[in-house]
Amino acid sequence: MQVRTDGREDCSQVRTDGPEDCSQVRTDGTNRKEPMTETHPPVALDAGLDAATDNLAALESEAIHIFREVAGEFDRPVILFSGGKDSTLLLHLAIKAFWPAPVPFPLLHVDTGHNFDEVIEFRDRVVAEHGLRLVVAKVQDWIDDGRLEERPDGTRNPLQTVPLLDSITEHGFDAVFGGGRRDEERARAKERIFSLRNAFGQWDPRRQRPELWNLYNGRHKPGEHVRVFPLSNWTEADVWNYIAKEKIELPSIYYAHERDVYWRDGMWLTEGPWGGPRDDEEVVRKLVRYRTVGDGSCTGAVESTATTVADVIAEVQASRLTERGATRADDRLSEAAMEDRKREGYF
Amino acid sequence: MGQPQVQVDLEAELAEQERVGLLRFITCGSVDDGKSSLIGRLLYESKLLYTDQLEVLEADSKKVGTRGGELDFALLVDGLAAEREQGITIDVAYRFFATDRRRFIVADTPGHEQYTRNMVTGASMSEAAVILCDARKGVLTQTRRHAHLVSLLGIKHVALAINKLDLVDYSQDVFDKISEDFKAFAHDIGIHDVACVPMSAVFGDNVVTSSDRTPWYQGPTLLGWLENVELTRDEEDLSGPARLLVQWVNRPNSEFRGFSGRVLAGVLRKGDRVRALPGEAESTIERIVTMDGDLDEAVVGASVTVVLSDEIDVSRGSVIAVADEPADVANAFQAHIVGMDAHDLVPGRHYLAKIGARTVGFTADHPKYRIDVDTGAHLPAKTIGLNEIAVANVHFDVPVAYEEFKRSRDLGSFIVLDRLSNATLGAGMIDFALRRSANVTWQALTVDKQARAAQKGHQPAVVWFTGLSGAGKSTVADLVEKQLHAQGKHTFVLDGDNVRHGLSKDLGFTDADRVENIRRIAEVASLMVDAGLIVLVSFISPFQAERDQARELVAEGEFCEVFIDTPLDVAERRDPKGLYAKARRGDLTNFTGVDSEYERPETPEVHVDTTQLDPEQAASAVVAKLRDMGVI
Repeated sequence: MQVRTDGREDCSQVRTDGPEDCSQVRTDGTNRKEPMTETHPPVALDAGLDAATDNLAALESEAIHIFREVAGEFDRPVILFSGGKDSTLLLHLAIKAFWPAPVPFPLLHVDTGHNFDEVIEFRDRVVAEHGLRLVVAKVQDWIDDGRLEERPDGTRNPLQTVPLLDSITEHGFDAVFGGGRRDEERARAKERIFSLRNAFGQWDPRRQRPELWNLYNGRHKPGEHVRVFPLSNWTEADVWNYIAKEKIELPSIYYAHERDVYWRDGMWLTEGPWGGPRDDEEVVRKLVRYRTVGDGSCTGAVESTATTVADVIAEVQASRLTERGATRADDRLSEAAMEDRKREGYF
Repeated sequence: MGQPQVQVDLEAELAEQERVGLLRFITCGSVDDGKSSLIGRLLYESKLLYTDQLEVLEADSKKVGTRGGELDFALLVDGLAAEREQGITIDVAYRFFATDRRRFIVADTPGHEQYTRNMVTGASMSEAAVILCDARKGVLTQTRRHAHLVSLLGIKHVALAINKLDLVDYSQDVFDKISEDFKAFAHDIGIHDVACVPMSAVFGDNVVTSSDRTPWYQGPTLLGWLENVELTRDEEDLSGPARLLVQWVNRPNSEFRGFSGRVLAGVLRKGDRVRALPGEAESTIERIVTMDGDLDEAVVGASVTVVLSDEIDVSRGSVIAVADEPADVANAFQAHIVGMDAHDLVPGRHYLAKIGARTVGFTADHPKYRIDVDTGAHLPAKTIGLNEIAVANVHFDVPVAYEEFKRSRDLGSFIVLDRLSNATLGAGMIDFALRRSANVTWQALTVDKQARAAQKGHQPAVVWFTGLSGAGKSTVADLVEKQLHAQGKHTFVLDGDNVRHGLSKDLGFTDADRVENIRRIAEVASLMVDAGLIVLVSFISPFQAERDQARELVAEGEFCEVFIDTPLDVAERRDPKGLYAKARRGDLTNFTGVDSEYERPETPEVHVDTTQLDPEQAASAVVAKLRDMGVI
């Protein structure tokens, strides 16, 4: 966004009227409309380490600071790791925080069983490359022994909560790193970086502690644990710019590829172990990519030709849909869906 | 989705763009001042809203908006469902937006009763503040309160957004009057960089674009101001002496020993001579290590790992400082403390404090005064309650490296934690170190505790009797003393009532006074232990925290907690002093068991159930325990 601070003559580049006007007339005389350049931070490949003046360096340094505080104060931390973009970024920051020492805690994946093969392959490769320990909690195991019941709609995202909490209890994890960001959703705007959960994994807004300066209070009673969100202050644009800057590898489904998909509930879904198209749903082959990686039954693809990070950044800049709104059916269930799930222990 | 394609050439974009800084700022004001509308508009104008959010906004505006179906930006910053339904406000929400020049994090603090706590929280991370006022009302008490808090938290850059100018016909006179008032006031309380912006958040005047309805105004728009606020770190912290806070010792193998942490001030350079505080040992920075390669220097804000050329004592919480200008080290300070929890911070009670990367024992003295945030006036205070700001002397149980808060937020701030509930009770800012803390050292005495104990033929100890009024504490203590005396042991009884008549006659029975009373008793008992005595303390002492505190004042094995456990109804039936009856009539307030809590000891050395044991048996059990402990 071009914002003038010195005068009032030139207001042409500022949008004041409505969401439709996201284009501007070119000044080079061609009069061809093109999307207005977005207002996200620029990609700074040589950002260096000047955290004082560089947004990405500042965010990186803050995240590293948080990882080290947890290593210094907790007995058994764990990183939630699905192989998705945010958790991959989280792991990358953890590796940087402790380098040259190895990451001093394991990873935990709550596996819905509704996975994309590319993501599982990526997950296992990353774990092997860095010599990490991965704990996998399979939702299927909980369904098999009756602790959970398959939902009528076949979606397993909401079923992750119980295996997550059971695993935290079983392994005695006292700090659980997640990739949640405050910009994702209104309910998260008030989330702490250190978020206290009671012995049932529940989040009580009244028990959350004020967070001042860089002084995090991680003290907790036995059985309680703390969710830690090092990416709290990142935006989606920051995440992608940082992925570009650090050349972080992601699962291939984040980039455009051909896939057989069908249209349901306003999303392009793909066939998998979770089911496929109904008779009235036509399967078409499309060039698509995924913006989030979750339960395959409810994670939609978007049509895209973005095959590189730069393409994706351009697409994010032009996009008018937040990633959760665009591709996660379960966030649409109700306006307060996120908050409800947070109370019951989901992120 | 049919998204338009934009070509982004990473390298080219990089070349074109200057570095984008990150500005954290706080907005102060109530909904009535148009704060939500302002933040909503900033988010909207910076185009970080997406179609789905806009759809929700449009629908909500029609449904519950206050602008007759027009977009109501205030709805964008609406909070949690629980909050909306129950009308409770939780605290600080963080919003994000960006322009080509800067990324912004807005700490949005809703008003109401928890205002001080929330604003202090939001301001603690902010470098600038936007204070809103209503052009029709001018500088109000509330405006002054916001400015006081902003100044207290060390924010140097303040914009007064004089909002709702549309409702005073964009009058320059109104604007000038309010600006003058505010600038004079801000100057008095130490805020020197002040900008006043004439605004209408609802109509967008001077928020993002300069308004042609205020042709008399030549200053920046609010966003323009935010884009140009100096990032404080740029200047002061870069030129200051370097400090690195050690968070974690990085030791993957015997070859490598690094100290991982963040540079809190200045620039740390390879080859710098450094000192590891709070100790005296010095060494040299041999390497500054990051995964992206070694650095020659690390500037303020950077998270790095340093390797020193010598094996000196450095651990989590150490501060590595340049040797020729190290930070000071002390353990007693005058500090401003803000009450952050529904439980008061009580003088004399033992808490924990987190400062830098250390968690240490903490007590506060009686507040010198508390500050009325509306007027700046000093008021008397006994405790530090929620949303109160007090000035008090505070004590850490070990020396820590620090800077005065006005020089460094990172090394001058601390939080106070409750040992039992783990809640964050207070937020502290160091004003200065108390001179005595550096100079007063304990006299080393040649005739010491052990020498006295040897002469007496027993070990000194505190036997602490706790229980409800009328439980039988004094009766049992008296019998124990008789038995010990008969055995030739040197004893003394400190009895609640007796102490109340002398040493503690200035104290009442509020929680704060009880804590102070017990602190005095515990200190006296501890001195008597030094004198070699077996001290029998007979005291209701209702709070675990104080009993633990008394325990900590003496050495391991010198404290014997005796819980005289009598059910409330039994004690009340006995009522030897008629106190329960008085309390029940309401003639006596803060009476333990009636309208004041008694916390049962969790792990006393001796648990006397008076429904099972008579006083003689109880006394024998205590004496037997003292024998087990090797006291006699």
